[in-house]
Amino acid sequence: MSAPEAATNSATASLPDDTFVSDASLRPQFFEWLCRMGDNALILGHRTSEWCGHGPVLEEDIALANTALDLIGHTQMWLGLAGEVEGEGRDADKLTYLRDAMKFRNLLLVELPKGDMAVTIMREFLFDAYHHLMLSWLAENSKSPRVAEIAAKTLKEVSYHLDRASDLVVRLGDGSAESHRRMQEAMDLLWPYCGEMFAGDEIDAAMSDAGIAPNLDDLQTGWDAAVRDLFDEATLKMPDQGGFAHKGGKQGRHTEHLGFILAEMQFLQRAYPGATW
Amino acid sequence: MTKKEWPLWEVFIRGQHGLNHRHVGSLHAPDAEMAINHARDVYTRRKEGVSIWVVPSRDITASSPSEKGPLFDPAESKTYRHPTFFDIPDEVGKM
Repeated sequence: MSAPEAATNSATASLPDDTFVSDASLRPQFFEWLCRMGDNALILGHRTSEWCGHGPVLEEDIALANTALDLIGHTQMWLGLAGEVEGEGRDADKLTYLRDAMKFRNLLLVELPKGDMAVTIMREFLFDAYHHLMLSWLAENSKSPRVAEIAAKTLKEVSYHLDRASDLVVRLGDGSAESHRRMQEAMDLLWPYCGEMFAGDEIDAAMSDAGIAPNLDDLQTGWDAAVRDLFDEATLKMPDQGGFAHKGGKQGRHTEHLGFILAEMQFLQRAYPGATW
Repeated sequence: MTKKEWPLWEVFIRGQHGLNHRHVGSLHAPDAEMAINHARDVYTRRKEGVSIWVVPSRDITASSPSEKGPLFDPAESKTYRHPTFFDIPDEVGKM
């Protein structure tokens, strides 16, 4: 098989042995955690796709649409594995189109409305900085070969997302008076939603104990440093550490915004179950 | 009305190792680094390249179409200037 074929057929190619996938004792927690990974990519991908055809310039429009497509691709891998672990015959499509809002496990940060470009780019950066650290750890250290494989595959795209978002945060933060003001406002709006990324619960503890996922406290140190460095460069003021953090998305308690996303995203499969084209 | 536009950049992409960079089009970007990012997103989505060059369009000096005659016509009917009278060994490959 030639190299390009190998790449496109990897879904059907032989997958690494992974005892975690069939480990019944860990099944509920592993499934939940995989839904968190997949739902973050799915909901942020959907939010980002809302710019398609509405970008401020052609080049940004295409770049955002590319980013959205990358994230939807990641969703297919994470939720595909989630369905496999669950073992009830649900694939990535079923999990995406036929779950209710309370069953979604994404961070509140990624479901907030797209706002202006400042909010969109700032959120992308804040999430990418976390996503990049998470995937780097998983690709290198996860004891689940399937998780490590997905992480390694998605990390390349997320590295580019982080580079691109960082470049834009610096340019807009250290740009005109208006772009600086908007970026600072975006930061102040989004900051209280960042704490949830590192607020571990019993699912995170179980994954960390099993060696599948990292200890979130360890990730936070790297994230704080990366965000502070970039904010210095972008002449943006970092909000005070600690403080109030909105939480609940990881456990299924969402803002009112998620329902509207799902209404749009799930309409077709709900109205015409099983429809294909 | 004066609307501030980003400057225009010409994009060159090397399709594979050993080939030259080829002009593929142009785009707008605020600076060189963002121009590379945009070129990656606009022109290499389907794995078209291994290397990207971007050049500010304003730095390109072009020949004037009205000078086409003096520039190019003298080369007409001088077939001896074409290297078509040599046998090129197969091993040379693409030229």
